[in-house]
Amino acid sequence: MQALTDRVKPVDRRPLTFMEKLYLPAIWKGMAITFKHIFQKKATVSYPEEKRPFSPVFRGLHILNRDEEGRERCTACGLCAVACPAEAITMEAAERKPGEEHLYREEKYAASYEINMLRCIFCGFCEEACPKDAIYLTETFAPANYQRKGFIYGKEDLLIPDPKEKQTV
Amino acid sequence: MSTQQIIFLVLSAVALLSAMGVILSKNPVTSVLCLILTFFTIAGHYVMLNAQFLAVVHIIVYAGAIMVLFLFVIMLMNLNADIEPQKRNWLKYAGAISGGTLLVILVAALRDASMPTLQPGATDIGLIGNLGKTLFNKYVVPFEVSSVLFLSAMVGAVVIGKKED
Amino acid sequence: MTIDWYFILEKLILISGVLALSLIVAMYSTWGERKVAAVIQDRRGPNRAGPLGLLQPLADGGKLFFKEEIIPASSHRFLFILGPSLAMLVACMTSAVIPWGDTLVIAGQEISLQVADINIGILYIFGVVSLGVYGIMLGGWASNNKYSLLASVRAASQIISYELAMGLSLIALLMLTGSLSLKDIVEQQRHGLWNVVYQPLGFLIFLVCAFAECNRTPFDLPEAENELNGGYHLEYSSMKLGFYLFAEYINMFVSSALMASLYFGGYSFPGMDSLGLPHNVVTILGFLALFLKILVFLFLFMWVRWTIPRFRYDQLMRLGWNVMIPLALLNMLITGAIVLFRQG
Repeated sequence: MQALTDRVKPVDRRPLTFMEKLYLPAIWKGMAITFKHIFQKKATVSYPEEKRPFSPVFRGLHILNRDEEGRERCTACGLCAVACPAEAITMEAAERKPGEEHLYREEKYAASYEINMLRCIFCGFCEEACPKDAIYLTETFAPANYQRKGFIYGKEDLLIPDPKEKQTV
Repeated sequence: MSTQQIIFLVLSAVALLSAMGVILSKNPVTSVLCLILTFFTIAGHYVMLNAQFLAVVHIIVYAGAIMVLFLFVIMLMNLNADIEPQKRNWLKYAGAISGGTLLVILVAALRDASMPTLQPGATDIGLIGNLGKTLFNKYVVPFEVSSVLFLSAMVGAVVIGKKED
Repeated sequence: MTIDWYFILEKLILISGVLALSLIVAMYSTWGERKVAAVIQDRRGPNRAGPLGLLQPLADGGKLFFKEEIIPASSHRFLFILGPSLAMLVACMTSAVIPWGDTLVIAGQEISLQVADINIGILYIFGVVSLGVYGIMLGGWASNNKYSLLASVRAASQIISYELAMGLSLIALLMLTGSLSLKDIVEQQRHGLWNVVYQPLGFLIFLVCAFAECNRTPFDLPEAENELNGGYHLEYSSMKLGFYLFAEYINMFVSSALMASLYFGGYSFPGMDSLGLPHNVVTILGFLALFLKILVFLFLFMWVRWTIPRFRYDQLMRLGWNVMIPLALLNMLITGAIVLFRQG
């Protein structure tokens, strides 16, 4: 059979020489290697105190965005749900009533919006599909939970806080 | 009663009881453990006789090596009380008769034997230096002959082991 | 015959001191083992329980105590309990004849820092070490588990094989020292060179055999976790498992102390007698020197464990019978010839 790469290494099956039969030089070499590692940089990160930086393209937990006046941008068009390869997103649309203009930007809004974080593969297609810039992937990840239902994130988990309310507080 | 006498009595009692345990217990592993205990009490007797070297060698050789091999074999034999074959009746009678005969002979031999009186003071013959000097001067021929005996036993074992190939 | 109560009290204090020391060292060896493993593998090791993770052994011990005690229904109940107890007992017994230091003079009384200075010290250690295998064998057999049984068979044959080479390597040393008392051997090294200078090959054989007798990697076949699932302590839980693990570390500690005493001068250190310090201070310094040597050996045990893979069983036996014993015999012959030559 022809080798696929030129990195094939033939196994050395020559009988051991006297020095190799002594074992001790080889053992000593191995011990020198492990001793050297004592002084090398540790690969472990002490997690809660020290966090490994995310790469700039990291895709984490989703948020639902608001506009400058604190109105929800999402219009429940369903494009994100269509784009989602894992079918993690479900939503229900509702019509904006008069007097709710300060809450929702368009005439239609998402009455409920759920992402199942166990299904989500964090591909970011929803972010790309959204015509209203309403959904974004952040640089955090879903924390652990004791129950499966804890991983289904509703609107209250996803929506960012109202910038106007923040100012008053 | 002096302390020595108390120790002697306790040691002897334990030795006899554990020796009984060796032949009375149903489980062979328990038998071996009783035998080990017997060896320890005998080693204790050696220490009482101021023969510490013999005591320790007794433990190393018998308790430490030979009994380990015994246990080794017994563990691999899978001996259970319920699958142990019933001994035949004539075997029991033969055992009783030969054991009784041995007892009679022993009693007859011991009746006429005159025991030399024990020396009251402690001897130092059991200490390692004195023992070595005695072995290699006074008893050098029997000592070397026994080593030849061991060698022949080893050769025999190797011959039996190699036969299969 | 009057009983010397003062003597008994002194020895009792010394025995409890030595026992406490071995237990504490064994406890912190578990911590040390994990730390050494970690730094060798570029990790950090236990660092959450207390500063530097120093409370980790206490946490581990507490965990073992609160675990459920399981005695398998098909096991031999008495032997199942006897096994770990025996392992622990035998491990602790060896420390009795090791000289932990010279004498301390307190209120005009000379107190020897050795529990029993018997004139057959080394033979005593041999006797006790040869009994050490019973704990493993009985535990493994009583568990009624095929892996445990295999482990106990392995342990028995391994320990008997390496005991021979160990004894033969020591005979060469004893030819030089002419004494079986550990205290005498240390005192001789105090005034001369360390025995390792005269007996490098003997020390090497002794070291390898010590690894084998303690069931440490590369000779940890009786507890090979990836072929025998932990071997002889497979069925054990709670503190009985703890006893087995502890016994291994105590064995390591004692054999380190033994190697330090036999080959590296024990509690003596160079320039010990020319310091001009009071006797008690020198004794304490000597104890610290012995402790330092022990720690170096403990580190060596761990260092080797995290470097060298386990031997295969036939390799182990071949090494023991075809290499170690002939080498030890050769060493014995050469030493005997040299001793005879220098005498005559």
